[in-house]
Amino acid sequence: MATTTTTVPSAGPITGSRSFLSRLRDGDEIARLVTFIFAGSVVLITLLLVFELWRESYLPRHKFGLGFFVTSVWDPIFDKFGALPFIYGTVVTAGVALLIAVPLGIGAAIFLAELAPARISDTLQFFIDLLAAVPSVIYGLLGVFVVIPVMRQYIQPGLKSSLGFLPFFQGPAYGVGFLTAGIVLAIMVIPYIISVSREVLISVPRDQREAALALGSTRWESTWKVVLPFARTGIMGSIFLALARALGETMAVTMVIGNTPTISASLFSPGYSIAAVIANEFTEATGDLYLQSLIELGLVLFLLTFLLNGMARLLIVVTSQRGSGMGQA
Amino acid sequence: MKRLASLFLAVLALVAIGVAQAALSINGAGATFPNPMYSKWFDDYHKKNPNVEINYQSIGSGGGIKQVTEGTVDFGASDGPMNDEQLKAFQDKHGFPILHFPTVLGADVPTYNISGVSGELNFTPEALAAIFLGKVTKWNDPLIAGANKGVNLPGNDIVVVHRSDGSGTTYIWTDYLSKVSDEWKNKVGKGTSVNWPVGLGGKGNEGVAGLIKQTPNAFGYVELIYAIQNKMPYGKVKNSSGQFIKADLAGVTAAAAGAAKSMPDDFRVSITDAPGKTAYPISSFTWLLIPSKFSDGSKRDAIKGFIKWMLTDGQNDTEALSYAKLPKEVVAKETKALNQIQ
Amino acid sequence: MSHRLRWRKFVSHFMLTMTGLCALVAVAVLFFILGYLVYHGGTSVSWDFFTKLPAPVGETGGGMANAIIGSAKLLLLATLLGVPIGFFGAIYLAEFSGGTIAFVVRYAADLLNGVPSIVIGIFAYSLVVLPFKHFSTLAGGFALGLMMIPITLRSTEEFLRAVPRALREGAMALGASRWKTIASVVVPAAYRGILTAILLAFARVAGETAPLLFTALGNRFWSPGWNQPTASLPVMIFTYAIAPYDDWHRQAWAAGLVLLGLILIINIVARVILSRGVAVPRT
Repeated sequence: MATTTTTVPSAGPITGSRSFLSRLRDGDEIARLVTFIFAGSVVLITLLLVFELWRESYLPRHKFGLGFFVTSVWDPIFDKFGALPFIYGTVVTAGVALLIAVPLGIGAAIFLAELAPARISDTLQFFIDLLAAVPSVIYGLLGVFVVIPVMRQYIQPGLKSSLGFLPFFQGPAYGVGFLTAGIVLAIMVIPYIISVSREVLISVPRDQREAALALGSTRWESTWKVVLPFARTGIMGSIFLALARALGETMAVTMVIGNTPTISASLFSPGYSIAAVIANEFTEATGDLYLQSLIELGLVLFLLTFLLNGMARLLIVVTSQRGSGMGQA
Repeated sequence: MKRLASLFLAVLALVAIGVAQAALSINGAGATFPNPMYSKWFDDYHKKNPNVEINYQSIGSGGGIKQVTEGTVDFGASDGPMNDEQLKAFQDKHGFPILHFPTVLGADVPTYNISGVSGELNFTPEALAAIFLGKVTKWNDPLIAGANKGVNLPGNDIVVVHRSDGSGTTYIWTDYLSKVSDEWKNKVGKGTSVNWPVGLGGKGNEGVAGLIKQTPNAFGYVELIYAIQNKMPYGKVKNSSGQFIKADLAGVTAAAAGAAKSMPDDFRVSITDAPGKTAYPISSFTWLLIPSKFSDGSKRDAIKGFIKWMLTDGQNDTEALSYAKLPKEVVAKETKALNQIQ
Repeated sequence: MSHRLRWRKFVSHFMLTMTGLCALVAVAVLFFILGYLVYHGGTSVSWDFFTKLPAPVGETGGGMANAIIGSAKLLLLATLLGVPIGFFGAIYLAEFSGGTIAFVVRYAADLLNGVPSIVIGIFAYSLVVLPFKHFSTLAGGFALGLMMIPITLRSTEEFLRAVPRALREGAMALGASRWKTIASVVVPAAYRGILTAILLAFARVAGETAPLLFTALGNRFWSPGWNQPTASLPVMIFTYAIAPYDDWHRQAWAAGLVLLGLILIINIVARVILSRGVAVPRT
C-alpha cells in the first residue's frame, strides 16, 4: 500500500453543469455542505491547536524572549526556565538514533528493493510494517528491562574501555542516558526509513540500473553509484520523517533517558527531552510561568516536527515525480 | 430493519453506560508518599461503603496541589504543605479557602544499592547534603566512611537518584537539608521541585525505588514503606541530639511529639530535624487537601465520612504499613476542624 | 579474471550480504519483541488479569479489568470522533472540493498528523479537562480521536480518488445525483481501503500513552459513565513498568502482550483485507 504518494490524479470533483435548483433538489448541495463542514472542522481544529499553544505560552515568551532557548537553568523554585537542556537532549537522542538507523535502514531498503525477489521483499516489508505499529510504551517496557541492563553491564563498559578516550564515552555507566534513549529511538524509526526508502528505490526506473549493468558494473556498483544517487532526495525525505518521529517520542524516551536536565558531551550521561519533561511535569506545574514554559516547549517541539514533516513530504514528492517522469522513455 | 434495530440497541447501551452511576465517584490526586496507605484505605472504605468509590491517583504532591486548585479533582494530597502563595491562589480562584488534614506520619529514608553492603549505613547530615550537592562522589569518601567504621565501602561512584516530578517527598527531604546545611539552603532551597545539582530522576516514589533497585551504587530517598516493601536496605540518620536513628514507628512518633502539642490551627507544620533523643530527623506529616466548600452535598458527606473513619478505624491500619499514627491531640483537633467543611 | 574485477565482485557480494543482514536485523527485532513479551507476559495472562481490579499498592494479585474496559471506551469515543470527520472530510476532498480548499484541508491534516502526541494531550487538557473540571474518558477519547482524524482522512481520500471516473460517470449517466453516486457506487467500491484505513488508525491510537496522561489520568476502580477518569492499558503498563514491585512488572508484561497482540492482529487483518481487494493498484 502506498503510504506516501500524494494526489492520484485519476478522480476528482466532476464540476456540475446542472442548475443549482436541481442540485439542491437531489440533495447534492446538502451533501456538499455537510461534508464541507467536516472537512472544515479539520482546519478549525488545527488552527485552534496552534492558537492555544501560542496563547498559553505568552508569559515565558514575554519574560524570557529568545533567551529561553539558550538558558540551561530549569528552576521551578526561583522561577527561572530555560529550554536548552531539553532541546539538547531531544536533538542528541534523535541524532544518535539516526546515526544508527540510517545505515541499517537504507541497507535493508536496498536489500528489499534491489535484491530480494518480490515475494520475499513483500513479506519482509509486511513484518517491517508491523514493527512500525508497535506502540511507544512497549518499546519503553523493553527498554527498561532489556536495553538498560544490557547497556549498563556490557555495552557501556565495553565502549568505555575501547573508546573511552573520546568525550562521548566517558563517565559512569548508569544504563540510562542519551545513548540508551538513542538506541531505543533508532529501533523505533528504522521501519519508517526502510518503508519509504524501499518505495523510493523501487520507483527508480529500470533503465537506470540496466544501463549501469550494461556498462559492466557489478550489482553493488549499480546500486551505490546509480540507483541510490537517483533516489537521494526521497531517501533524505525518509530520514526527515524518521527524525520528526524521533523528536516527538515521549514514553520510550522518558523511561530510559534518566530525566535530568543536563547538558553533557558524554553519551552515558542522563538527560531530558522536551516531550519527556512535559510528560513528567505538566500535571503538577504550579504557577503560571512554570506551566506556560512547558507549553512553550510544546510549541517548540510542534514547530520542529512541522518543519521536518513539510520538508520530508516535499523531498519525497520530488523524487517520485522525477522517477515517474523519466520512466516514460 | 434489522440494522436499524441493532443500531438503536447500541445507542441504548451507550446511553446506559453513560447513565449508570451505581456508585458515587470521588477523585483525588497527589502524593506518592502515602500512596500504599491511601490505596489500602480507599479500598477498605469502599468495601465498607460500596456506594462510595474514592479514586486516588498518585501523581506527586505537586500534581495534587495543582489539580485541586484547578478543580479537576475533588481533593488533593501532599506531604509538603501548601505555601501561602498557593493558599492564596486557591482562595482567589474558588472564593473559599482550602483545608489541610493530616492523615499519617511517615519518614523519608536514605536507601541504597551497594553490592556487598546489605546492612545499615550511618549518615550524618553533612554527608547527606554533600552527596546531594555533588561534592561527595564516591562511596568510600571519608565523610561517609567516618560514620561507618568497619564497613567495607567500595570506591565506586555514587549514583544519586531523586524525583523527576513535583514531590512532597522531595519537599520533606529538601526541607531537612535546608535546615542542616546553609549551602543547600542558599544554593538549592526547599520545594516540591528543585534544581538538583546532580542525579537521575525517577517518577514518583515508585520510580525512584525502581531505579535504585535496578542501578548498582545508587542512592536516593524514598518513603519508608517503599524501602520495606521492596526489601531495600536503608540507613540511619544522625539527629539533632547526635544519635543515629533508623526510621521506624517509634522514631517518627517521637519526632511528632513536640508538634502535637503546639499544632497550628491550619495543621501546616514541619517536623524535620525535630528535637528529641529518639526522634528520627526526616519525618513528616502528610496531608489531605480538602476544599472547604462543596457544591455537591453527597460528595461532601462522603469525604467527611471518610475522614471521620480515617481518624478512628483507619488509624489502626497504619502501623502494618509502617506509617505512624497521628498523635491523639491532632486527631481531636482534626475532628473539630471537620465542621469547617461545608 | 583480473584482480580488480575479482575485488569488485567480492565487494559487491559482501555489501549485498550486509544489506541482507540489515534487513534480517530489522525483522528479527520484531520477533524478539514478540518473543520476549510472550515469554514474560504469557505466564501472567490469567483469568484474574482480565477480571479483577488492581490490588492496593504493594499487595500482589489483582488484575487490569478496568484498564481493558477503559481502553475499550476510550477507543470507542476516539472512533466516534475521528472516523466521521475523517470519512466525510475525505468525501468532500475527493468529490466536491476545488483545488485551493483541498490543499488547505490536506495541509491542515498533515499538520495535525505531525503534532507530537504529548502536545495533543496538552490541547485536550485545556479544551476538555479544564472547562469540565474533570479528568475524564471524554477528554482521553477526544485526544485519541484527534489523532485518528488525519490518518483516516488522507487514506480514505486516496482510496476514493482511486475509484475510476468511469464508475461515477456511469452512475450519473443513469440519472443518479452526486450524493447517491457517492453513497451507492464510489464508497462501496473503495470500502476495502477505507476499512483498512480505519483499522490502521484505530491500531495506531490503541497504543498511545502520552495523550492519556493528563486527560484520562487513571482509576483504580471501574470508571462509571464518560465523565470520570479511567484506567487504560498503555498507562497501566507505564505506571507498573517504572515501579519497583515485581508483581507489577509481571502484570506490565501481561498487559504489554495483550496490547501488542491486539494491535498486531488488527494490523494483519487490515492488510489482508486490503490485499484481497483491487482498490489501489500497485504502481
